[in-house]
Amino acid sequence: CVQDLDRQPFYDITSATVYNDPANYKKILAKVYAGLAVSGQQGPAGQPDISGIDEGFSTYLRQYWKAQELPTDEAVIGWNDGSLPDYHRMTWTSSNEFIAAMYNRLYYQIALCNEFIRETTDDKLSSRGITGTTATEAKAYRAEVRFLRALSYYHALDMFGNVPFVTENDAVGSFLPKQTTRAELFNYVESELKAIENDLVAARQNEYGRADKAAAWTLLTKLYLNAQVYIGQAKYTEAITYAAKVIGAGYTLDPEYRKLFLADNNKSPEMIFPVTFDGQNTKTYGGMTFLVHAPVGGSMNPADFGINGGWGGVRTTKNIVNLFSDPTGRIDKRAMFYTTGQNLEIADISTFTDGYAITKYKNITSGGAKGSDLTGDFVDTDFPLFRLADVYLMYAEAVVRGGSGGTTAQALQYVNALRQRAYGNTTGNVTALTLDFILQERARELYWEGHRRTDLIRFGKFTDASYVWPWKGNVKDGKGVADNLNLFPIPATDIVANPNLKQNPGY
Amino acid sequence: QDVTITGIIREKDGALLPGANIVVKGTTRGTQSDVNGTYKLIAPANSTLIYSFVGKNPQEVVVGNRTSIDVTLEDDAKSLTEVVVIGYGTQRKKDLTGSVAAISSKDFVQGQITNPEQLVAGKVAGVQITSNGGAPGSGSQIRIRGGSSLNANNDPLIVIDGVPVDNNGISGSPNPLGMINPNDIETMTVLKDASATAIYGSRASNGVILITTKKGVKGDRIRFNFSSQESLSKNYKQLNVLSADDFRALVNSKGTAAQKALMGKESTNWQDAIFQTGFTHDNNLSATGSLAGMPFRASVGYLGQKGILKTSDLGRTSGSLGISPMLFNNHLRIDVNLKGTIANSRFADQGAIGAAAFFDPTQPIYSGNNNFGGYFEWLDPSTKLPNTLATKNPVAILDLKQDKSTVKRSIGNAQFDYKFHFLPELRANLNLGYDVSSSEGTIYIPTFAGLQYARKGTNNQYSQTKTNKLLEFYLNYTKDLRSIASRIEVLGGYSYQDFIRESPAYPDVNAENVVISPAGIPFKTQNTLVSFYGRANYTLKDRYLVTFTLRDDGSSRFSPSTRWGLFPSAAFAWKIKEESFLRNSTVIQDLKLRLGYGVTGQQDVGSDYPYLARYTYGQSTAQYQLGNGFIQTLRPEGYDANLRWESTTTYNAGLDFSLFKGKLSGTIDVYQKKTKDLLSVIPVPAGSNLTNRILTNVGNLENRGIELGLNATPVSTDKFTWDANFNITYNENKITNLTKVPTPNDPGVLVGGISGGVGNTVQIHTVGYPTFAYYLYKQVYDANGKPIEGLYVDQDANGILNLADRYRYKSPNPKVYLGFSSNFTMDKFTVAFTLRGNIGNYVYNNINSGAGALQNVFNTNNYLSNVSSSVLSTNFQTNQYFSDYYLENASFLRMENLTVGYNVYQSKRANARLTAAAQNLFVLTKYSGLDPEIPGGIDNNFYPRPRTLTLGLNVSF
Repeated sequence: CVQDLDRQPFYDITSATVYNDPANYKKILAKVYAGLAVSGQQGPAGQPDISGIDEGFSTYLRQYWKAQELPTDEAVIGWNDGSLPDYHRMTWTSSNEFIAAMYNRLYYQIALCNEFIRETTDDKLSSRGITGTTATEAKAYRAEVRFLRALSYYHALDMFGNVPFVTENDAVGSFLPKQTTRAELFNYVESELKAIENDLVAARQNEYGRADKAAAWTLLTKLYLNAQVYIGQAKYTEAITYAAKVIGAGYTLDPEYRKLFLADNNKSPEMIFPVTFDGQNTKTYGGMTFLVHAPVGGSMNPADFGINGGWGGVRTTKNIVNLFSDPTGRIDKRAMFYTTGQNLEIADISTFTDGYAITKYKNITSGGAKGSDLTGDFVDTDFPLFRLADVYLMYAEAVVRGGSGGTTAQALQYVNALRQRAYGNTTGNVTALTLDFILQERARELYWEGHRRTDLIRFGKFTDASYVWPWKGNVKDGKGVADNLNLFPIPATDIVANPNLKQNPGY
Repeated sequence: QDVTITGIIREKDGALLPGANIVVKGTTRGTQSDVNGTYKLIAPANSTLIYSFVGKNPQEVVVGNRTSIDVTLEDDAKSLTEVVVIGYGTQRKKDLTGSVAAISSKDFVQGQITNPEQLVAGKVAGVQITSNGGAPGSGSQIRIRGGSSLNANNDPLIVIDGVPVDNNGISGSPNPLGMINPNDIETMTVLKDASATAIYGSRASNGVILITTKKGVKGDRIRFNFSSQESLSKNYKQLNVLSADDFRALVNSKGTAAQKALMGKESTNWQDAIFQTGFTHDNNLSATGSLAGMPFRASVGYLGQKGILKTSDLGRTSGSLGISPMLFNNHLRIDVNLKGTIANSRFADQGAIGAAAFFDPTQPIYSGNNNFGGYFEWLDPSTKLPNTLATKNPVAILDLKQDKSTVKRSIGNAQFDYKFHFLPELRANLNLGYDVSSSEGTIYIPTFAGLQYARKGTNNQYSQTKTNKLLEFYLNYTKDLRSIASRIEVLGGYSYQDFIRESPAYPDVNAENVVISPAGIPFKTQNTLVSFYGRANYTLKDRYLVTFTLRDDGSSRFSPSTRWGLFPSAAFAWKIKEESFLRNSTVIQDLKLRLGYGVTGQQDVGSDYPYLARYTYGQSTAQYQLGNGFIQTLRPEGYDANLRWESTTTYNAGLDFSLFKGKLSGTIDVYQKKTKDLLSVIPVPAGSNLTNRILTNVGNLENRGIELGLNATPVSTDKFTWDANFNITYNENKITNLTKVPTPNDPGVLVGGISGGVGNTVQIHTVGYPTFAYYLYKQVYDANGKPIEGLYVDQDANGILNLADRYRYKSPNPKVYLGFSSNFTMDKFTVAFTLRGNIGNYVYNNINSGAGALQNVFNTNNYLSNVSSSVLSTNFQTNQYFSDYYLENASFLRMENLTVGYNVYQSKRANARLTAAAQNLFVLTKYSGLDPEIPGGIDNNFYPRPRTLTLGLNVSF
């Protein structure tokens, strides 16, 4: 009976056979995409992808949003969870569990991508008898997965700089990945995105939720726009080139700004690459569930947001409020603040009513209907990771920063298109562009969309004493902090697990 | 007329028995046998003499006209002090080479005992039994000589009548042992050191507990036994929170106008509202004896237990049948044991305990209107619907949530033991066993309940089945080689055990039967163990004993290249008493030295396929939208293909002694357990695997300790006997390695999640420290000894307070644990008690830290919460979760039980006995929380252990 020791799972599939069935490819692809949204295999919680942190906190998007927004003037969070308050105080260390969760998510996602790419080479496909349209599909999938890996490596390079580097050539197992430099990683992300350009489906031609050429171009635009920070070398011309490609692909601005953040924003013509959620089929306590519930508190009515209750956590600082001449939103419709019972000043970060609340994300459709989850827990709203307005502003910024291939007139036209939508008329139009204005306009247009930390760093204002906000540096009025904070630390757990790694300076 | 009576007292095997008591019945006149077993006593001619000796059946002999009376005292089979059950057989206690402790029914803890492990709590050195709380049917954490694993299971292997049982719970039954009726148990034997346990190889690292159920005896008449126990239990302590008046005063002095307006007008003690007096009925009837020459025992029992937390309830019906026919001229002995249990439980939501402590005491239980079932709930001011952030009404949580289960379990085996006709020294033993269980449960919450108002309640079900099979076969050869004064015993066997666990998938449905999420993927898993084992005992001159065991275990949980593990052991014992220099000692009756060494393993990692590269399907609620459809996901799982056994090497030295004619006997053991290749969950180097933490073999752990067990009979007369048992254990555990590559500055692995915030932990595994050491900031105090909020010792003096400033201090593991039992018999009365204590165990008071700040009362989310009274002394504004202020010394001494018994009627054919027992009479401790004995050491939402009074009647005839 010694043979009985070869027990096989009843419902799971072994890696040896999973790729023999063509029907499985899209399911594995879906997992890679879902890696950006959900926490594991059992929405909203259960069978988590990564462990060591509360599952709701562990999702990619939630951690990405926190890392990009909480250390900035755009957001404060009132919760006392572990070292979460360190984000806004800018007092994080290499043992911050939320930074570790972000990092672990990045590498989980990269490992998922590597596995798929490794198993779908042309050789492997043909050896498994995958031919014809199935093989063509599989190749498109592979290009998309390479895009997703480039996206996560981009996030790694933006947030952590010098990081472990693994590709499909490293088999799953226990080995110690080598550390790469920020510059090498920059080149890798650039080369990957260019390499898959031809294999990706044409812009706006892929299924909703899947990456196409425009997604890769948008990411290249971001990479080039920030090249000065990443590699000390300006690449604004390249940024203009790729922004123009995206703009030329036929996306249009959503006629109404507010619709970009509602339960049916999947219909928006402005969406280039979303992270999708659904109240019934894509449940998580992270992602958009977090972004709709956490900003609701105080005297806000949860029903107005299509949910059963607020979590009373996230607000904004006066810096963002003051970017608008009128916080009620009557002039600039992008000013979506909730002020009743809220104080503009933040005396105590843990008090929800200190700081204006933001009403941007809702689980209500543009027609006013509640989202599909009848419990009011989980939301249908998708996250606009890449949208046209961002590309307009990147184009404009690259022009102002001296990139060639674009014109100031064109830049002004793009910026004014956003302002006309915001004002409902041309009274908000501008006639000249400055860098300061662009940074402000990015905040007005894109606040709480996960851009702020990168933007402030690019403008030299993230750590500098020249620009402060409430509780920056853990003082009420704000103060400058050490420059090394422009990069997050490599989590201490990985420094211990992988002796090849050297910690970022200053940690 | 007195006569002088002389004689010789022998043991069954003919050995002379010194130190036996001979008493003239009904008098205090008596004597003892000398070293040659002879005695001399002057007694009335018509009197009756009582011959007795510890561990032997006493005998009464009528003197008549004799002057010489020789007596052979037989071993008391029931007490088993002489013969001990060991792995795959039995052994005379005096021939044991390993560290083995047997507790028989007469020494079990008395009172309201609903679970088997409670029978021996505090009775055995080296064994720590901590109940998981006072809920009906809740289980216990059993640790033998500390845990030898970090992430793998630390529970001992439990073997019931030769069937190693599954010690993972089944859904719907919190305690895997809870399905065994304690009344059916005859002995519990604890195998502690590796030389005793290694025969169980891969599952023996945490010790083995052998449970033997009661059996019929051949030739006995049929005896019936009926026992009935009625218990009353009460919660005797409440969490220390503000009274309604104090709370009102606090809100009025520190709250905003809006917060003051939230207060109600009542004075509700919510803790009174959720607790009740618990009642337990435990009735058992058994018949034992021999029917048509066939020994049998049959029993039925019913336990009805109403817990102290309202709505918690357990009804357990159990039955057992055992027959032991002997065939072929006693060459074939068959033992058939069948046990079955049906348990119906209603589980009270233990969240109500914390909710009751911290619910605003100014609010009423009932709102006066019909919304939400009539219960007061905090409402969202704008929607007038239950506030999702606020605490829910604890009484409503209990009353409206119906969480019920029915669990059926049957364990049975048929054991065939054949003594070969042509070679009686050779025995073949075949044991076929099973352990099957099935559970079904439902959770119902009505639509109107505030607990789940938005989703309109719950109407869910679950079920699970477990099918475990066992086949064991061994051959045993025993031979006395008188020519060389030797005895040999050789045993070789094979074992096959298979475990299947299965649960279907059910949809998540609300109380209106609307599907919230459809049924997911069913669950089924299997693992198999195949083993070969052997043992050789060699005895020279009945003085020097050597034992070797070897087990080769194969587990389906590991890959073909790593699945086999070899677990050897060796032990040596020297009966020093038999040596010429001690043989004639009258002080020392027994002295034996034992030395043992062995390797045991661990493979219980929770998952059955941890080495396989697998893809798992996602549930329908974790799909991803691509295009207009939602796509089910397939996820590659992280794995370690080279996963292998965890192995523990144990060294043990022990001394067994018996002094002063058996009035004082005892055992001292010193041990060291070193575990290597720990099955640990550790962070993987980022990017190298399909997960961020993986189960792999890394790390070393050490346990060292000393155990002392003493049994004394300070007084033993015809009228009055006093027996006492004392045991004490010192155990020290330390992590000696945690990483694959040497990392001098590894801070360790954070563990010990607390309630309050998300992801906050207060314990850490670090090399050089005990497991689960507390990891906190050192609180700074002002001149008055008051903690200063947020001010901690900056350990690295860099001006920044961060994780590096936390320090490692103490652990939940006691340094010393002890038990003390005494038994007094005075004529028809008996008084017995058991005291149990731990020294050096620390508890993190999460009740105080989680609700010990003014912030807990005042929030901006439109509700109020009560707080721990500790806030009055600390005045903390915000929660200081990581302050060592909340770490408390939880050493304690507990009066586990006190029993008074009275024999109402006693004759040869029948007896009746009444008992009254009190459990948990007092706990002496400095710990400020409810109970210092908290499994895991983080005190939060603990179901209190009640104080219980039990009246019992036992009739046998």
